[in-house]
Amino acid sequence: MPLLEVRGLVKRFAVRQGLLRLTIGWVRAVDAVTLSVERAQTLGIVGESGCGKSTLGRLAMGLLNPETGEVLVDGQPLAAWLHKDKPALRQRLQMVFQDPLDSLDPRLPVRESIAEPLQHKRLSRRDINARVRQALQEVQLPPEVAIAYPHELSGGQRQRVGIARAMIVEPAFVLCDEAVSSLDVSVRMQVLHLLARLQKEKGVAYWFISHDLAVVRAVSHEVAVMYLGAVVERGPAEAVLSQPWHPYTEALVAAVPRPDPEKLVRVQPLAGEVPSPQAVPSGCRFRTRCPLAQERCAREEPALLEKSPGRWVACHFRP
Amino acid sequence: MNTGAPQAALLEVRDLEITFFSDRGALTAVDGISFSIGAGETLGLVGESGCGKSVTGAALLKLLPRGAKAGGSICYAGSEVTQLSGQALQRFRGKEVGMVFQDPLSALNPVLSIGEQMVETLKAHEVVSSQSARLRAQEVLDAVGMPDPSRVLSAYPHELSGGMRQRALIAMAILLRPKLLIADEPTTALDVTVQAQIIELLQRLRAEQRLAMILISHDLGVVAQLADIVAVMYAGRFVETGDMRAVFKHPRHPYTAGLLRSIPSLTRGADLSQGIPGSVPDPLHLPLGCAFHPRCPRAIDQCPTVIPSLIAQGITRFACHNPEPGS
Repeated sequence: MPLLEVRGLVKRFAVRQGLLRLTIGWVRAVDAVTLSVERAQTLGIVGESGCGKSTLGRLAMGLLNPETGEVLVDGQPLAAWLHKDKPALRQRLQMVFQDPLDSLDPRLPVRESIAEPLQHKRLSRRDINARVRQALQEVQLPPEVAIAYPHELSGGQRQRVGIARAMIVEPAFVLCDEAVSSLDVSVRMQVLHLLARLQKEKGVAYWFISHDLAVVRAVSHEVAVMYLGAVVERGPAEAVLSQPWHPYTEALVAAVPRPDPEKLVRVQPLAGEVPSPQAVPSGCRFRTRCPLAQERCAREEPALLEKSPGRWVACHFRP
Repeated sequence: MNTGAPQAALLEVRDLEITFFSDRGALTAVDGISFSIGAGETLGLVGESGCGKSVTGAALLKLLPRGAKAGGSICYAGSEVTQLSGQALQRFRGKEVGMVFQDPLSALNPVLSIGEQMVETLKAHEVVSSQSARLRAQEVLDAVGMPDPSRVLSAYPHELSGGMRQRALIAMAILLRPKLLIADEPTTALDVTVQAQIIELLQRLRAEQRLAMILISHDLGVVAQLADIVAVMYAGRFVETGDMRAVFKHPRHPYTAGLLRSIPSLTRGADLSQGIPGSVPDPLHLPLGCAFHPRCPRAIDQCPTVIPSLIAQGITRFACHNPEPGS
């Protein structure tokens, strides 16, 4: 049984306009997405801005309600968890955000922010302090950091505090949404390393949402590539990113500038930009930018099919 | 036509020093950097946040904020930029040097259409009729690969997508046919497929118009695609500089080597090296000696006391007491 599973999730947002807030259209942010992750595994979710990856993360955490589809945690519907035992759910699922400043209260020493997920546990001050100390140690921060304020810390230290805060309840699953995107290159690797070590030691599973393919490749066991709200390709990280099947994945991989002056030869960059999610093209949503597109693609939406064990792709022509 | 004779540099910077004065004291953001760029050449200025790369770009255009002071010499085509003012400065910015920034929305005027902004710029610098200015604007939009240039002329910045805005900004920067373009993180805010388009555009402009460029970026991948020469900055100084290929292939400074190792590879698979320990130092409390020594795996006795100076070896220069082995 997967630790976390989402099935057929759909989320649309109304586009409203004018004084009366009349709905003038709908954005299909997440469009029938099915994904899962096992214990101690990392699922990388990649895609460009507006592909719905962050909305998907919020749906999986129960921070947004899907229109249709369901989220299962340990095989139990999220709705049942929320109804029965919300605190227990919050201990199973935690989040690390892009900008740790968003999740840390600027007026409180970071000790308070780190301990916040323990609130409902009715622990003594001493126990809490001990847990905070241990959490800081696990993310390799000195104990003095407990009494520092967020603005006194560097970006890398703040992100470690954000991770300590997520890890203090020993969650089974942590959603990392662009968790290293705002960090300097030299510090980013330290944080990725930390996440990998915590996974090894504690068996925590991650969803790692990022626009950075190389980072996703470095941490993920499996990846899902999203385009305009839907998963277009999914499979083992190595296979998908070294031998992409979907033309969009292929274009994404080719577009990553390599820090290697010998690798200048790149395929023709993908023309145009991602269409508005308010006007998703008919048929295959990628067809307006796809070099392989034919008339059939406008008529018929390709289903995400398992074309070899563990490898899924939504394309009429690939592999 | 390269005759082999040494070319006069287009831009020559000597001992540039930039100091900020704040209530926390004086802060040296850039501490004596020197470089030169010839026509058609691209310099990649790389480093992490706070290393002084963006401030350097601003200083070259005399765009430093109040409270900041620049020292040293910036010589452009024989004249001293630090002495420019009034009309000469206006002419320098725009006609001689164009600029492109990370966030095109903040660089474009939101209440004027793209065409109005371009015509205004042209008229400020050249005696042209509105009609021929508009025609010229459309040509330049076309040259930067803008889809449907005639429609874009009457569009407002907010009506354009991120990639189109960045193209518009580049069009504006090259409108007066400058010889040098200063591009500060020109692709950082863009999605990766759009970034690839902008990189291709900059490569093309460089080749077609023999445009010299200073590319300021934290992204070594972007720099590898565009730069001829590279300067790696750390805590306000150049730690390594020279031919881009040579530096990327055989970095001699441990910081350059560490940065290159910190980029996960798309092809090498799950490879999590440790990166560089510690973090960028606070510019108000820089370590003594080599500013990188507390994070450096190769630090030796003199590193905490003696600031290493740049020494040339082959086609690169580096400032290190104990460099990585050469090729």
